[in-house]
Amino acid sequence: MVHNIDPMIPIPAHIRRVNWETEDTFTLLLEPECGNNNKFQFLPGQFNMLYAFGIGESAISISSDPFKKNTISHTIHRLGIVTNSLSQLKHGDTIGLRGPFGSGWPVENAKGMDVCIVAGGIGLAPLRPVIYSILRSRKKYRKIFLLYGARSPLDLLYRAELEQWGKFPDIHVLITADHGDSSWKGNVGVVTKLFSYIKLDGFRTTAMICGPEIMMKFTLQELQQYGVPPNQIFISMERNMKCGIGLCGHCQCGPKFVCKDGPVFPLPQVSHLLDKKEI
Amino acid sequence: MAIKDLSEILQTHPFVNDLTEQHLQTLISCVTNVRFSEGTYIFHEGEEADKFYLIRAGRVALEIHAGKKGIIRVQTIGPGEVLGWSWLISPYRWHYDACVVEDVRALTFDGKCLRTKCETDHNFGYEMLKRFSQVLEQNLKATRMQLLDIYGS
Amino acid sequence: MNNSLKLESHHLNTLFNSLKRDNYTLIAPIISNGSIIYEQVNSAEELPRGWTDEQEAATYRLKKQNDNAYFSYNVSPYSWKKFLFPPHIRLFTVESKGKSFKINSSDAPIPAYAFIGVRPCELNAIKIQDKVFNNGQYTDTVYKTRREKVFIVAVNCTQAGGTCFCVSMNTGPKAKGGFDIALTEVINEDGHFFIADPGSEKGTKLMEDIPCSTARQSEIETAERLVQTTAQNMGRSLDTNDIKKLLFASLDSPYWNDVASRCLTCANCTLVCPTCFCSTVEDITDISGEHAERWRRWDSCFTMDFARVFGGNFRPSSKGRYRQWLTHKLASWIDQFGTSGCVGCGRCITWCPVGIDITEEVKRLKNEY
Repeated sequence: MVHNIDPMIPIPAHIRRVNWETEDTFTLLLEPECGNNNKFQFLPGQFNMLYAFGIGESAISISSDPFKKNTISHTIHRLGIVTNSLSQLKHGDTIGLRGPFGSGWPVENAKGMDVCIVAGGIGLAPLRPVIYSILRSRKKYRKIFLLYGARSPLDLLYRAELEQWGKFPDIHVLITADHGDSSWKGNVGVVTKLFSYIKLDGFRTTAMICGPEIMMKFTLQELQQYGVPPNQIFISMERNMKCGIGLCGHCQCGPKFVCKDGPVFPLPQVSHLLDKKEI
Repeated sequence: MAIKDLSEILQTHPFVNDLTEQHLQTLISCVTNVRFSEGTYIFHEGEEADKFYLIRAGRVALEIHAGKKGIIRVQTIGPGEVLGWSWLISPYRWHYDACVVEDVRALTFDGKCLRTKCETDHNFGYEMLKRFSQVLEQNLKATRMQLLDIYGS
Repeated sequence: MNNSLKLESHHLNTLFNSLKRDNYTLIAPIISNGSIIYEQVNSAEELPRGWTDEQEAATYRLKKQNDNAYFSYNVSPYSWKKFLFPPHIRLFTVESKGKSFKINSSDAPIPAYAFIGVRPCELNAIKIQDKVFNNGQYTDTVYKTRREKVFIVAVNCTQAGGTCFCVSMNTGPKAKGGFDIALTEVINEDGHFFIADPGSEKGTKLMEDIPCSTARQSEIETAERLVQTTAQNMGRSLDTNDIKKLLFASLDSPYWNDVASRCLTCANCTLVCPTCFCSTVEDITDISGEHAERWRRWDSCFTMDFARVFGGNFRPSSKGRYRQWLTHKLASWIDQFGTSGCVGCGRCITWCPVGIDITEEVKRLKNEY
């Protein structure tokens, strides 16, 4: 970890580019001030606490290629006061950054396997580093499925990249929107419907899921039907986070601190919690 | 096209998985092979629902006219899926427009013919109901998820 | 071999003076606003001599006694956590510099505290927070820098409070480690003295400067008996058998509706609890917008916004929030830190405005199970 001695103190990170992905979602390309020629290293699936000067912090997953060492990117949904404030920043502005925190996706362990990535909405952002990692060592993996659902065609993230990824051999990119208008020629329906268009070799599949909890629950049912063993299924969870390091108590989900033990969990660690209300 | 070929084609569709030979034959007696090109409509809202379709290739969008909101596509149906269940349930009318968004190849079944067979052979009728209940259940689940607007804020 | 020392009560202040000489900031029980709280003191004379407290569910009263005992009461509504984990503390300041800014971590001097009068249950609470604030991956700097300087004078309990149940939690009434010096106060026909047991090198060294003698076996036994009697007179008990299983298996129990109908979600229990550790942060700026600060303050899982995220709330109901507190305290805490989160101090019972009693709640839950 590249950080001050105190993980509660942010380091400055300079904005190198702002990309608007959709009407309410944007990507910040950041250059963190790591000092001493240190590089910012992270695992796909990890997140940073991004600090808007005087406004506050928000936990945002890292969405860039882990092999790019000088810059990192965060795709942010403009929702609350902090993300609204971040959305107003421009090239050359500075934010505070703490991290990277949390667990990562099983990119190494998935080698030799089929990989089924299921993303809903902004949930594609923490999975994008997985896709970059797989593409760098494409031969080490078998078939790749990327199933991605968004609210409407206009809410789809990284559309150009999605198209590119789909051109690689044996990478099946399937996209759907919950609702479409008559200009949308793609699939309409929830993300789980995409399972009817693929054939998974359940036993040889590693699945990685990120999206709203309810979407992940429905996705688990589909994976179960394909016989994907629970310990080969990984989900990324969302909770309120203040510290990011398991000290503030906010993100607890049963005995798990989502910030420190997660956000990426092997399913058996959390499956019994997903069905309970207000855990 | 010969009945034998149609039977082979039919058996590649997941809808008929594990169907008995006898029931398969009953289905085949009501089947036609069809194609639709992009931009055409397979049926319209309010028309008599006298068919259903097993999609082999392409994509069909179910559309609803939502007044000033224009045309909304609520669901698409693609390879391996079933289009249409209104043939089975009174008053046998379509509730949506079915617009072809990608050239479609499908098998279509005469609903009236099948309904009669369901009435005379309850075993066959029950088999059809089981399979269409699954289609309905999936649609209901998907509709509920859409209603939740899970990606909304 | 016994290391127990006998410290005459009139020499207690010498202990205070020695600690002051060693530059400790002394914190001890004093009376303030009708209750005994832990605050900075200068001498042993500030202690609530001759006072005791009466504690019951939703009840706390101070009462004068006819003795001159220094420690004839039980736990305060405050716990020592407020010194190691301050309720409100600045984490950093930020100065804006054009398009960039400079972040300065707090350089305020960290006081070296001497806690005098730490009860065995409270010692255990500190041990628990030691694990919470050093979770194996991360350490809380605020806690660590204060904790490593602390000198602890524990006091064994020679009376049990009405809401105490340390025996059930195996945390008292006798201190079993984690202190520098442990005192047991004895008042009998032979006089008024303390049995002092050093628990660390620091403690042993400090006692060298204080006039005391080696305790006689009979004096040690007298002190032992007092503590044993306390153990037999616990105000409450809590059955910890299979408690984790009970809580985890009861997530859907109808019992939670019942407790939720009583709970005000006021968060008193979490504020008085010596192990509760949740916090939140607040960001502020000055009017020029060039100077910003980040503060941390205690938070509680009972607050409405505790589990709120943009777009929703993971725990909107009081039922869900009470369940979270109790299940965390008695069950998931064990998974997280290898120990219960409850030390049996009884504060949550005493200070609950509607008298919700954790020991009774566990019984109710068992009945529903």
